Amino acid sequence: MEYIGIFDVIGPNMIGPSSSHTAGAVSMALLARKMFGREIKKVTFTLYGSFARTFKGHGTDKALLGGILGFATDDERIRDAFPIAKICHMEYEFLIDQKTQTEHPNTADIVLESPDGYVQSVRGESIGGGKVKIVRINQIEVEFTGEYSTLIVKQTDKPGIVAHITQCLSNQDVNIAFMRLFREDKGATAYTIVESDEKIPESVLDEMKRNQNVHEIMLIQV
Amino acid sequence: MDFTNAAELLEQCEKQQLSISEVMEEREMTVGEASRQTINERMARVIQIMEKSTHHPIEHAQKSIGGLIGGEAKLIDLYAKERAPICGMTLSKAIAYAMAVLEVNATMGLIVAAPTAGSSGVVPGALIAIQEAYQLSQEELQRGLMNTSAVGYLLMRNASVSGAEAGCQAEVGSASAMAASGIVEMLGGTPGMCMQAASMALSNLLGLVCDPIAGLVEAPCQGRNAIGVSNAFTSAQLALSGVRHPIPFDEMAAAMYKVGRSLPFELRETAMGGNAGTPTGCTFCLQK
Repeated sequence: MEYIGIFDVIGPNMIGPSSSHTAGAVSMALLARKMFGREIKKVTFTLYGSFARTFKGHGTDKALLGGILGFATDDERIRDAFPIAKICHMEYEFLIDQKTQTEHPNTADIVLESPDGYVQSVRGESIGGGKVKIVRINQIEVEFTGEYSTLIVKQTDKPGIVAHITQCLSNQDVNIAFMRLFREDKGATAYTIVESDEKIPESVLDEMKRNQNVHEIMLIQV
Repeated sequence: MDFTNAAELLEQCEKQQLSISEVMEEREMTVGEASRQTINERMARVIQIMEKSTHHPIEHAQKSIGGLIGGEAKLIDLYAKERAPICGMTLSKAIAYAMAVLEVNATMGLIVAAPTAGSSGVVPGALIAIQEAYQLSQEELQRGLMNTSAVGYLLMRNASVSGAEAGCQAEVGSASAMAASGIVEMLGGTPGMCMQAASMALSNLLGLVCDPIAGLVEAPCQGRNAIGVSNAFTSAQLALSGVRHPIPFDEMAAAMYKVGRSLPFELRETAMGGNAGTPTGCTFCLQK
């Protein structure tokens, strides 16, 4: 059973009003920002399910935009996310989709664009108590929470890639807590997701990138 | 040092001659591997947020984003200053503080979920009002909070603190049990009295449904936080007087969870029943 400590009960410190519709929204957007790892010019959110129906009264829109601006769940600037985004020259758009059925009621798609035209799309779910899951990257179904240090490797699905990834990690003494592979089709784009209890040293990335079938590496540190 | 239920917690207190807050702190350091310094720093931040969120709306009332609440804490404070308040000064303050925290929450301000955002007013409202009335130190307030976290941990572990899972009794009911126990320790009661108070508080709110109007964390949530505080005060006073609740805490927690699971879907945070399902409640839904 997961450890429940003092500050899991008396906490989290958060911007209200709702752990799932506000704090969870901040967390999923912040994860999308960290995964993107580039300057953000434009963000488009699509809200589904309960997010689509009750986002205004829960400030879900401000929370999502706040996360993209890099605010944590206890940052009092979240309330002013709209004017701050304007000052930062960040374009934003909200699309409300009340028709599409998603697996989880609190779901949002977040599409980020850099000034040089790089685009990445992420789907997040807010699963309760402020906890979130990323369940899709660029149309490929994945699953991770961001509660651990997470390495996301975009690769071509070819033999030897996973061995290469684990070798690079083992060379730097990184202990793997969880590791999973997600792919579209055989031989197409795939994602390897590695979660670790400790910080993953950035030097791992340089070595990993040397393999020609590794296209992109995202690193989220706890 | 770990414990998984109230019986084990009380056994630890007895064996080592420690208070509930001390056992919880020991557990955080041994099982949770946190240093005393880290605990103190995080606690100081929690207290800072709680102090601001209990007091700020009394001076600066603000309308909630959903539009259902705002300004209540200020009104209660004014009434208590102008006339002899029915609830007495300490409870009047505690009610105003608890409702203030919900106002901060509903205006996208900073709060400490304790144990949830919807029930975040009960623990700070009750404990800070007691601290002020009895002129207790920050250290004593911290002890009280640590005590509440032990009760909350047991309810999270062995029952539920989620309105969607087990109704408002699991949110405000749990917060009220936590606060009742915390007050007893702050006022010098024994660990046994703390669990008596918690057990009574749970029992008094058993069956309370979760029926947020328009699905928002505003009403009736804010009023329920005031009741959570009042119930915590009453239960703490009964326990300190030596009044006993016949059902031990562990059985009460199990009963609360069982009642919660048997509540119909409409009364578990779906905004379909109770207050939310009334003709007037539904009109707020349509405005969204």
